[in-house]
Amino acid sequence: MIYFELFYTFFLIGAFTFGGGYAMLPLIQAEVENKGWLPSEQIVNFIAVSESTPGPFAINIATYVGNQMGGIFGAVCATLGVVLPSFIIILIVAKCYDAFKKSTVIQGCMSGLKPAAIGLIASAVVTIGTTVFFPDGYTTAVFGSISFYISLVLFAVMLFLTFKKKLHPILIICISAVVGIIAGYALNLPV
Amino acid sequence: MSEQENRSKRLLPLFLTFMKIGGFTFGGGYAMIPLIQKETVENKKWISDDDILEIIAIAESTPGPIAINSATFVGYRTAGVLGAMLATLGVVLPSFVVITLISFVLTQFQELRAVQYAFYGIRAGVLALIVKAFVSMYKKCPKGIVSYIVMVFAFVCAAIFDLNVMVVIICSAVFGLITTLVNKRRLDQK
Repeated sequence: MIYFELFYTFFLIGAFTFGGGYAMLPLIQAEVENKGWLPSEQIVNFIAVSESTPGPFAINIATYVGNQMGGIFGAVCATLGVVLPSFIIILIVAKCYDAFKKSTVIQGCMSGLKPAAIGLIASAVVTIGTTVFFPDGYTTAVFGSISFYISLVLFAVMLFLTFKKKLHPILIICISAVVGIIAGYALNLPV
Repeated sequence: MSEQENRSKRLLPLFLTFMKIGGFTFGGGYAMIPLIQKETVENKKWISDDDILEIIAIAESTPGPIAINSATFVGYRTAGVLGAMLATLGVVLPSFVVITLISFVLTQFQELRAVQYAFYGIRAGVLALIVKAFVSMYKKCPKGIVSYIVMVFAFVCAAIFDLNVMVVIICSAVFGLITTLVNKRRLDQK
């Protein structure tokens, strides 16, 4: 049943997300893409939507996928799923606050989880990079297409703007969208 | 006034405050932290200055989105389990409503040529944002030989061998735990 599957999948995503934000991307990619709920291109599109709307990414993507797969009730199940592990764990931690702070077991696990989140984000960079630059898989044909070079230049300029100019993410998204539209129509790119 | 009455009087303000926090922060968890601090410590005085720092540290080091973790924790501290529920509901609700509305629009407009071109550009911009997120997380992480090993291990498993991400996470936690315990034992013996 789709409702239970939505709840269960996002429950796992909620329970295995560390460090917040994009550390969970590989997990979402693996779960949501493998189930055929959302193609990788649309997941990347949705990151932009989520950056430009209020609220945390986890909630936003749970609500979105839930809506797509099972309507409003699906959205409720997915969102409830992603929230519940946090809710339960925090209530337990709040009750055993001091034990939690001093626990060697938890400190030890954390010393492995923090760097793991970084390795996982790096892997998200690779998969999203593949989606952006090699949308049809790794073929040399891509080097003959103008859209590959536009993406490459746009990516380099946006890197500069976000790192050096500290431009707000929403501005980065707006500028990229405008460049995409202009380049698309001017060069009559294939869609 | 008894503590009980005091707590129940805070329920509605908790819900409304976290709804405001959820509705006005763009870009997720980390962007919310300053606002949570301002609202719950300075404005409402539910939480002390020292406590909020600890709450945020714990929210960062427990599973799940930071926004949800800190809402649940602040809600629980301020008004018990019911407070935790209302604060969490409050922080989730704006996202839920906005995305539900957008998801109808998005499906309808996604086929338009202009929208496809826009997203074509946006995907390159998003890649830059993810690289930025990666760099700032890397800067915040404690460095050391164990850290580097786990980073490379997680990356290779996920990116090259396409291993199940949950297995990678569990292995990393176990590895961190073992090295911490071994180190501790070595220190104790000295």
